Amino acid sequence: MDSDLSPQDKKDLDKFIKFFALKTVQVIVQARLGEKINTCSSSSPTGSDWFNLAIKDIPEVTHEAKKALAGQLPGIGRSMCVEISLKTSEGDSMELETWCLEMNEKCDKDIKVSYTVYNRLSLLLKSLLAITRVTPAYKLSRKQGHDYVILYRIYFGDVQLTGLGEGFQTVRVGIVGTPIGTITLSCAYRTNLALMSSRQFERTGPIMGIIIDHYVERPFTNMAHMHPCSYRSPGEDEGGTYAGIEDSQEVCTTSFSTSPPSQMVVPGKEGGVPQVPAQPTHGTAAEHGRIPSCPTGQSPQLAPPTSCSSEVKTVSPSDALETTFTRKVGAFVNKATTQVTTTSLDLPFAAFAPRAYDLQENDPMVHPPPSPAPSSPLQGSLHSNTSSHSGGQPQDDFVMVDFKPAFSKDDLLPMDLGTFYKEFQNPPQLASLSIDVSVQSMAEDLDSLPEKLAIYEKNIDEFDAFVDTLQ
Amino acid sequence: MNCRSEVLEVSVEGRQVEEAMLAVLHTILLHRSTGKFHYKKEGTYSIGTVGTQDVDCDFIDFTFVRVSSDELDRVIRKAVAEFKDALGNSGSDGMGQISLEFYQKKKSRWPFSDECIPWEVWSIKVNVVNLANEQERQICREKVGEKLGEKVINIVEVINRHDYLPKMPTQSEVDNVFDTSLKDVQPYLYKITYQITDSLGTSVSTTMRRLIKDTLAL
Repeated sequence: MDSDLSPQDKKDLDKFIKFFALKTVQVIVQARLGEKINTCSSSSPTGSDWFNLAIKDIPEVTHEAKKALAGQLPGIGRSMCVEISLKTSEGDSMELETWCLEMNEKCDKDIKVSYTVYNRLSLLLKSLLAITRVTPAYKLSRKQGHDYVILYRIYFGDVQLTGLGEGFQTVRVGIVGTPIGTITLSCAYRTNLALMSSRQFERTGPIMGIIIDHYVERPFTNMAHMHPCSYRSPGEDEGGTYAGIEDSQEVCTTSFSTSPPSQMVVPGKEGGVPQVPAQPTHGTAAEHGRIPSCPTGQSPQLAPPTSCSSEVKTVSPSDALETTFTRKVGAFVNKATTQVTTTSLDLPFAAFAPRAYDLQENDPMVHPPPSPAPSSPLQGSLHSNTSSHSGGQPQDDFVMVDFKPAFSKDDLLPMDLGTFYKEFQNPPQLASLSIDVSVQSMAEDLDSLPEKLAIYEKNIDEFDAFVDTLQ
Repeated sequence: MNCRSEVLEVSVEGRQVEEAMLAVLHTILLHRSTGKFHYKKEGTYSIGTVGTQDVDCDFIDFTFVRVSSDELDRVIRKAVAEFKDALGNSGSDGMGQISLEFYQKKKSRWPFSDECIPWEVWSIKVNVVNLANEQERQICREKVGEKLGEKVINIVEVINRHDYLPKMPTQSEVDNVFDTSLKDVQPYLYKITYQITDSLGTSVSTTMRRLIKDTLAL
């Protein structure tokens, strides 16, 4: 079968399939980041944009994809799958969809590799771009942040759809025939979105069990692990980690001709495209699934020297513990378990009402420590100052903080939300609405009306002149 | 060669017409646009890069992808706005159809003008509904979002059949196949026309702008 294909064509086809697989993964993961994607058209080809589409390459995603492929290519019986799942802040998780890039045995011998196959793969990527915005997981991913995050996992081999629950639907994105088989791209997505209980989560441990509490050792060290669909511009220490930049020097032939492909100069980042902004454009102050709850009493347990708030690196080639996903607690929120039980529930936001033991003079939010230590070497991290340092109260296990909305500085009016809400609920009556006053003034008004009308009639010329100036 | 014809139908509320049409038309054009061709010596060419942009709809729970070309977006928006106005000015029934036609030009000898041969026509039938209250509108937002999702899947299905596409042209023929007037992308030659139907179902006013002008121009 392969003997019909010239060596150059075979080489080209393998390269196309490899980069198609990598770009497919990029499109899928980027569509689940929770942000709108925006790339620029360029009329002059740079030679680095595969399939003539501007698709950014997130280095860690490429790294994960290459790791999963391990030098192989998707082929007959060897499918590449991207699994998208949702994980709540309580630890429940659920598979939402599985995208499968497969190949079957139906060959199209007559098709021209360097031209037709390439263009059809480009078309298929465009279809993938469109379809990724249509499946139910897209809307969920746009709202991720505080309550849940979206994770992805890439694996190679047999397709596993059992985690999608009953009644899952399949949508076919498209097919492209090649001389060695037909490439098919499809998505199986869950329709039953009732959240699984955490008991079920344990049962599916072998696939998803890696992401547990930050303080627990990973039980399944050899399993492919989940990664949050989040992207941050890599800091200097991350930039050199990924050898992917070397591989990206493989040129994509955008020139359909007999002339040799042009060399491309690789800028610092792959493809020379602008980086995806570090922060989600919407959602809360929490990063995608990476704000740790950080009781200061337990911070010595955290292995990395980077401190409890800075493990945003989703894949670090070195420390395995750094890649685990921490139990997520929204920024500025106290540990939920201790709060709810101790407050009376007759007031709204009672949990945030001032408590007897919450002394204002010890509250670091009202009197911030003189030099807030930089809590994270990575930029854009937004979380409460108190979670990283509360040196003022070394004797407490954790710090009680009043609820303060993000970015608010209320030194002038130290009023917490609960008090404000109470006052706002019972405003004093408006003076003009009290009945006696209005009745009196109405009668007076009526009496004075004829006089007023006489005056206005006298000054009618003035009014006309004024109206003219307006026109 | 027969012209491939696809019909899509949507029912939307008045203020959703524009976004629904943009979503469908842009999805089709995403697949029917390439990067700019740069012809080199010896009849070879290279293709520019097409960027994409996510667009959130304000009145529909839906996000669609369009090519990153503000020029193309302006042209499509103008056509959709005209269609929407025509729909609004028609009777209260609000039924109409907007068509996106891809064609090739075939040079004819003088004195005949060039022929426009369509090879793919997408017709989108629109039915405008009136809703009574905010709750219905909210339901409509979600329902229309789902329907548009189904339309996108239909479009992708048709496109991926890989039926007839015009051959890649030589430099002298490129304007017969592609619209080269835009500076960042190159869609296949297309035209957008629309028809408004009255309550009797007959076509009261047929507006075919460039088509009529082309065929009458000699």
